[in-house]
Amino acid sequence: MSAEAVKKSDDAPSQEGRDWRGLLREITESSWIVVVLAVVASLVIGGLLIIFADPAVAEAARYFFARPMDTFAAAWEAVSSAYTAMFRGSIWNYSGDTFVQQFRPFTETLTMATPLIFAGLGLGIGFRAGLFNIGAQGQIIMGAMLGGWVGFAWHLPVGLHLLVAVVASMLGGALWGFIPGILKAKTGAHEVIVTIMLNYVAANLLAYALSTDAFQRPGSDNPQSPVVDTTAQYPLILGESYRLHLGFLLALAAAFGVWWLMERSTWGFRFRAVGANPRAARTAGMNVSFGIIAVMTIAGGLAGLAGSAQVLGTEKALTAGIAGSFGFDAITVALLGRSRPLGTVLAGILFGAFRASGPTLQVAAQLPVDIVLILQSLIVLFIAAPPLVRFLFRLPTPTNEKVVAA
Amino acid sequence: MKNTLRFGAIAAAGAIVLAACSSAPEETSSSPTETAAETTDYKACMVSDSGGFDDASFNQAGYEGLQTVSADLGIEISTAESTSDADFAPNISAMVADGCDLTITVGFLLGDATAEAAAANPDSDFAIIDFAYEEPIDNVKPLIFDTDEAAFLAGYGAAAASQTGVVGTFGGLQIPTVTIFMDGFLAGVEQYNADNGADVTVLGWDGETGSFTGDFSDTTKGQSTAQGFIDQGADIILPVAGPVGLGAAAAAEAAGDVWIIGVDSDWTLTTDYADIILTSIMKQMGPAVYDVVNDAAAGSGFSSEPYVGTLENNGVGLADWAAGVLDDTTVSELEAISAGIIDGSIEP
Repeated sequence: MSAEAVKKSDDAPSQEGRDWRGLLREITESSWIVVVLAVVASLVIGGLLIIFADPAVAEAARYFFARPMDTFAAAWEAVSSAYTAMFRGSIWNYSGDTFVQQFRPFTETLTMATPLIFAGLGLGIGFRAGLFNIGAQGQIIMGAMLGGWVGFAWHLPVGLHLLVAVVASMLGGALWGFIPGILKAKTGAHEVIVTIMLNYVAANLLAYALSTDAFQRPGSDNPQSPVVDTTAQYPLILGESYRLHLGFLLALAAAFGVWWLMERSTWGFRFRAVGANPRAARTAGMNVSFGIIAVMTIAGGLAGLAGSAQVLGTEKALTAGIAGSFGFDAITVALLGRSRPLGTVLAGILFGAFRASGPTLQVAAQLPVDIVLILQSLIVLFIAAPPLVRFLFRLPTPTNEKVVAA
Repeated sequence: MKNTLRFGAIAAAGAIVLAACSSAPEETSSSPTETAAETTDYKACMVSDSGGFDDASFNQAGYEGLQTVSADLGIEISTAESTSDADFAPNISAMVADGCDLTITVGFLLGDATAEAAAANPDSDFAIIDFAYEEPIDNVKPLIFDTDEAAFLAGYGAAAASQTGVVGTFGGLQIPTVTIFMDGFLAGVEQYNADNGADVTVLGWDGETGSFTGDFSDTTKGQSTAQGFIDQGADIILPVAGPVGLGAAAAAEAAGDVWIIGVDSDWTLTTDYADIILTSIMKQMGPAVYDVVNDAAAGSGFSSEPYVGTLENNGVGLADWAAGVLDDTTVSELEAISAGIIDGSIEP
C-alpha cells in the first residue's frame, strides 16, 4: 500500500465523522413543531394506505361513478375503525365492560414503552456525544441474558434477588457498550461497524447459551430458559390485572438521572463537548478517549436495563427472541425524542402505544400488523427529513434552528 | 417528454375512470349473514409465533386448517400475527377480549403465554400446536405429532433406495420438534442396516449432535449444507428446516442424481421440485386444527385431552414414494413396519 493510499484512508473516516455529526445535530436540534407535524403527516399517509389496502373500499371503488358516496363511506369506515382500534388498544378501551378492561390499554402502552425508554435514553446520550451507536440490540440481549441467568439460576432472598438481577442486566449491557467504546477510543474503529457486529455476536451467543443445559428448563430440550424466580421479577405496580411493573418507574428515574448527568454534571458537559467538536474538546484539555468509553458504557448499561424490563418484567423467561426489535426501535425513539430525556420518554410512550395497539388493530379492525410498522417507519422518515415536513406544511425555514430548539 | 407524460397521465386517468364505471350493486334488504343457515355462534382464533402465517411451515398449516373449517362450518375466525416474542401475551389477551371461544396458539414459544392466559380465563378454551405441558391444563388442548413414526419409514426406505450408501439430514434449530424427524430417520436407517446387514451411513445427525443451519429462513445455508453432504457422497437428503429445505432442493437439483425427502407437507405438490422428491414426511397440522375446531364448535365439544398425530390416525404419514425407486420387497417390508409401529411391536 502506498503512502498516499494510507493517507487517503486516514482522511476518509474523519470526513465521514463530520457528516454523521452534522446529520445527528440537525435531527437532535429540530423543533418540536416539526416532530408533531411529522406524526400528523404519517397518520394521514397511513390513513391513505389503510384505504388502499381495505377490500371494502376496493369493492366500492369499482362502481365509483354510479354511487361515489359508497367509496367515501367505505374509506371513512376503514380509516375510522383503524384509528379507533388504535385508540382502544393503546389508551382507553371505551367498549370494555369493566374498569380494568377499559384502563388496561394505557398500562399496556406504558409496559411496552419501558424497554424503549431505557434503550432510547442510552442511545440519546451517545447521539449527543456524536456516537452513532447501533448496538442497543446486542446490549439488550446481553443484559437480558445475564439478568435472566441470575434470575433463574441463583436463589436469593426477596428484594436482594431483584436488585442483583437488575445490576447484572446493567453490567451485561455495559460490557457490550464498553467494547465498542474502548475500540473506538484506542484504535479508532468505527462504532457503527463494531456495534452492528456485536449485535450478531450477542444474538448468536444467546442462541448458543439456550442450546446448553445450563440455560434450558430441566427435562426439556427447547431453547427456552426456566422462568425467573418470583423474587427476581419486577413487582407489578398496579396489581395482578395489569402487566405494568416496577421497571417503568425505574425507567422514569433513569430518565431523570440522564437529564441530571447531561445537563447538570461536569461529565455531561464533557460528553456534549466531545459531540460538538472533539478537536476543540481535546484542545480544551478534555480526555476525549475517556469520554467515548464512558458514554458507550453508560449507554450499554441503560440498554441492558431494557433487557431486564423484558426478562424480569413481561416475558419472565429467556428465549432467542427476547430482545425483539427493541434495540432498533429505540434508535427511532431516541431520534424522535431529539435525544433529550423528556423527549425520549414521550417518544417511548408513543411507540409503546403503537406496539400496544397492534393486537387490537389486527383482531378488532382486521388490519395487517404491517400497517402499524409502516406508520412507525413513516414517522422516522419525516423526522429524519425536517425540510420535507417544512415543505409539506409550508413552514418557513428558521434562520437559526438552534434558537427554536432551545 | 412532457407530451409523453401528459399522454400517459390521460391514459391512466381514463383507465381508472373506465374501471370505476361498473354499476352499483342492488341494495339488499336482508343482511347476508342470515342466508348462511348452518352458521354456528362460535369463534375460533389463532395467534402465530414470529414466523407469521406465511412461514411455509406450522403457522401456515394451522392457518389453512382454520380457514377451511371456518368456510365449512360458517364460524367466525380471527387471527393475529406476532412480530416478536413480546407480542405473544398481548395478542392472546386481545383474542380473549374479542370473545374467542377457542384460541389456538402455534409453537412452544407461546407455551408460557398460553398457560398464563388459560389460568386467567378459565371460561375460554385454548389449544397449542407442537407443545405439550408437563402438567396438563384443564382448558388447553395440546396438538402434538409423533413425527418419528413416519420418519422411521422414510429412513428405512431411503436406506434401501440409496445407491451410494450415504444419506444426510439437517435441521433448522436443534429443538425437539425438529430432531424428532431426524431421530426417526436415523432409527429407520439403522433398522434397515440391522435387517439387511447393510452399512448405510447417516450424515448430519447421530442422535445427540448434528448439522443445523441456525434459523428457518436463510435458504442459502440449506443449499451449502446440502452441498456439503453431496460432496461427501450423500444421494438422499432430509432437510428439516421449513423453507431452508428449498435451498437443499436447489443443491440437489443442481447435482442431478440426488433425492430430497420433504417435510410437513407433500413437497411434490407444494414445491417446484416435484421431480427430485423421493417422498415427504407429512405432519397433518391443518387437518388437526380442523378436527379440534370442528369438534369444539359442531361436534362432541372441547376436551383438553391431547391430540397426538400418529401413523394410526393419519396425523403423520408418508407421501407416495417416487415411482420406481423401491423394489417390491422393500415396499412390503415398509408395509410390515408400518403395521408394526401401529400395533406397537416396533418402537421407532
